[in-house]
Amino acid sequence: MTQAHNPPVADPSHKHSSKHRTDVESAVIRFSGDSGDGMQLTGTQFSNTSATLGNDLATFPDFPAEIRAPAGTTFGVSGFQVNLAARDVYTPGDEPDVLVAMNPAALKVNLPDLKMGGLLIINRDAFTKANIERAGYDHNPLEDGSLARYRLVTVDVTTQVETALRDLGLSFKEVARAKNFWTLGLIYYLYSRPLEPTLRYIESKFSAKPVIAEGNRIALKAGYLYGENAEIIEEVYQIGPAKLAPGLYRTINGNQAAAWGALVAAKKSGVPLFYGSYPITPASDILHELSHFKSFGVSTFQAEDEIAAIGATIGAAFAGQLAITGSSGPGIALKSEAIGLAVGVELPLVIINVQRGGPSTGLPTKTEQADLYQALFGRNGECPVAVIAAATPSDCFQMTFEACRIALKYMTPIFVLTDGYLANGSEPWMIPKLESLPAIPTKFWTEKNGFQPFMRDPKTLARVWAVPGTPGLEHRIGGLEKDFNSGHISYDPENHERMIHVRQDKIDNIAQDIPDLDVFGAEKGGKLLVLSWGSTFGSVRQAVQTARAQGLDVSHAQLRYLNPLPKNTEEVLRRFDKVLVPELNLGQLAFYLRGKFLLPVIGLNKIQGKPFRVDEILDRINQLLGK
Amino acid sequence: MTTQETVKLTRKDFQTDQEVRWCPGCGDYAILASVQRALPNLGVPREKIVFVSGIGCSSRFPYYMETYGFHSIHGRAPAIATGIKLANPDLSVWVATGDGDALSIGGNHLIHALRRNIGIKIVLFNNRIYGLTKGQYSPTSEQGKKTKSTPFGSVDHPFNPISVALGAEATFVARSIDVEPKHLGQVLERAAAHQGSAFVEVYQNCNVFNDGAFESITGKDVKADQQLHIEHGMPLLFGKDKKRGIRLGGVQGLTPEVVELGVNGVTEKDILVFDAHEQSGAMAFLLSRFQPPEFPVPIGVFRDVKRDVYEQEAHQQIERVKKQFGEGDIQALLESGETWSIE
Ligand code: SF4
Repeated sequence: MTQAHNPPVADPSHKHSSKHRTDVESAVIRFSGDSGDGMQLTGTQFSNTSATLGNDLATFPDFPAEIRAPAGTTFGVSGFQVNLAARDVYTPGDEPDVLVAMNPAALKVNLPDLKMGGLLIINRDAFTKANIERAGYDHNPLEDGSLARYRLVTVDVTTQVETALRDLGLSFKEVARAKNFWTLGLIYYLYSRPLEPTLRYIESKFSAKPVIAEGNRIALKAGYLYGENAEIIEEVYQIGPAKLAPGLYRTINGNQAAAWGALVAAKKSGVPLFYGSYPITPASDILHELSHFKSFGVSTFQAEDEIAAIGATIGAAFAGQLAITGSSGPGIALKSEAIGLAVGVELPLVIINVQRGGPSTGLPTKTEQADLYQALFGRNGECPVAVIAAATPSDCFQMTFEACRIALKYMTPIFVLTDGYLANGSEPWMIPKLESLPAIPTKFWTEKNGFQPFMRDPKTLARVWAVPGTPGLEHRIGGLEKDFNSGHISYDPENHERMIHVRQDKIDNIAQDIPDLDVFGAEKGGKLLVLSWGSTFGSVRQAVQTARAQGLDVSHAQLRYLNPLPKNTEEVLRRFDKVLVPELNLGQLAFYLRGKFLLPVIGLNKIQGKPFRVDEILDRINQLLGK
Repeated sequence: MTTQETVKLTRKDFQTDQEVRWCPGCGDYAILASVQRALPNLGVPREKIVFVSGIGCSSRFPYYMETYGFHSIHGRAPAIATGIKLANPDLSVWVATGDGDALSIGGNHLIHALRRNIGIKIVLFNNRIYGLTKGQYSPTSEQGKKTKSTPFGSVDHPFNPISVALGAEATFVARSIDVEPKHLGQVLERAAAHQGSAFVEVYQNCNVFNDGAFESITGKDVKADQQLHIEHGMPLLFGKDKKRGIRLGGVQGLTPEVVELGVNGVTEKDILVFDAHEQSGAMAFLLSRFQPPEFPVPIGVFRDVKRDVYEQEAHQQIERVKKQFGEGDIQALLESGETWSIE
């Protein structure tokens, strides 16, 4: 036992005596267990450590809507999947190569996804009669031969952890909680990863609880050593670094990226950041993240409801701040009237919608892309709002930054669409140098002579931003229609039409200020273009890459700007015989494109609260190309 | 000091070139005049004043004030005003609202603004009717009221705005009347001087849809007996010769009653002395329940207490954190945690 207390710090170059080491290009690993088993932490640690080795990766945390579902039930199962590789990674992977199941319910829920012949690692201590029944099994699946198609490894994790930690004087519960670190240690061994990053994490995370920290450290190392010594794992793997561009990297998830993008935009514009929000899954983490940034002068306001959140945000915009609100579909629905007000008064406002499954409360913790109509059309009157969408977790940084630029430059509300999958998923991100990011020049109006609140820049059509506190510019704004010249209330019919047009033209005009739509593949056109938006980017790019490697004439384009569309959009689409639009909805972008361009685009739709699998897109590509 | 700050402003400086569009004879005119007369006394330059409103007759108010103004959407003025005040605590931020705007569609924002004690001044024009939509009963209309939407009489129990504000723990709560410009002006100035949220209910006559709603209180010949002017530290006396007063009686000593000095041995010593600074707000709440015909209607400042002010706390927290951890360094933040280099 002394050995377990004092193991050598594992190191990937360490000789793994009898074990055979295999180089693999990639691996998809899924950790699954009860909500309380700490699988999210295990997955995140494994991913972060792998990232530091230079692997490219994408993660997919999948957790239940219930905070603490009854232990051992299938609806309380929490999962975390990571796809890591020595090449570019676009998705968290279709089928896991390795499934870790901490209890019968986790096995039941996740087994159908495991690759045939995949490695199945099970905590057999959790397979008690009660747990087996609670998961809905008639027999113990470990004993009835039903797992014969997989490489089954069963470990008495609970017993191992209890033995390793018995001298620490921890409570039964505290010991049980260390199971995830033990399991992590075992998988670290399996994939030849170093323990140091996680040891550092334990050090900082549990600094206030040294005994718990020690327990977790011991568990982690014990799991690793178990893998090395026990004769259950005959082969260990190694995944080399991917070819990523040179630079300093970290992992980042979508919500964190969105928060940081906002922070950096505030810095680059010199306009203080105000974030008004109301707690809602899966957007709350943006509020959590920004609420830490007091030392950067960030104001966060947790309002009494969604409407107050956007109301205060619009107030802050009026008073001269970089005003952002964030929510998810149901909250955005409540904000709709206020978004209309912001359109009418032409104030800069960024609205982040972290989409989730709908309608109504829908699937709070699952992903969907079904709020595109809401963003484009979900208001009364002719009420144009700019809409952009992030493609990957780290792209949430870029697109939030871009949304701030557009909002400030054009004095307009703008939507940033992300979704639950991007919000919680993470990937390596090359950390930008602040000085390499563009400035966002912003000016408050101060000139009294000839001032009218709705004076416009002739080029951008943006009205002036004159904030309270500026002497001589006292003026009134409001939701009633305004006179084009004076900004006073006007019920004049021709003036109303003119104002409707100028607000629309202002948004349409943004097309002159955004990048063209790029084609990956046959730039000059060809048989098939797959056009995606938002988080479907990864699956589509992977599918198109694979199909092209098989010699198929298929290309890919990603729409990051949805309103206005890049100005070459129609022309690009017309270069191809067919256009396929995969979406996690019933065809909202397809409908929009058909309406705009009278183009017979073909939809591929999935609404299961889950991202597309690469093979689902690949199958449709093959079908459309007659393969 | 800019010239604007040193030059004494007048009522005229706060008038806009916009034609006022309320019905002739509407009580809103008198409130507008009182506000325009009171503002020069605050010593705040016009550019630092913002009027925010929602929707309703009263919400046209900002258009007539030569300050910054925001005519927003129904019920949301306290939320928008909160954002403005939080963004720039230096501004004097006012909300002009009505009984429908503040107590029906915007009830949630009203109570939360008051609970936070954010330094905005909310003036609620209570006419007990929906005017702009042409005459439906409102959340302050008396039960049984016949209106366009209640031809057989309303079955709704009304809100008492002062009780609501006190229930929301507002730190400054007052009531005044459109036809009492001097009183209204004084109350508004005190509201402006208060640190934190101020809530002022103003009885306002809608002469088109609810004419005379307050006549039994405001009429020249009845007002002495129907109004109880409350002032901190003063006994609760009313009537022409201040001969009538409020005494606490009943078995528990918690039941108010109207008594007359000199009758049944009642002297001034028996009369309740009003305390607007009382922390629990119990006396203010008791008074807020007074209704004719049993009791006169209290007019004046019900509650005036100190509590942490939201925008000050929020900004101090930012300063405290900056002091403790130093000014944030964004590049360092981006590079914090586990990072790795690719050559
Ligand atoms: S409807 Fe009533 S409250 Fe509205 S402006 Fe006319 S009189 Fe005044």
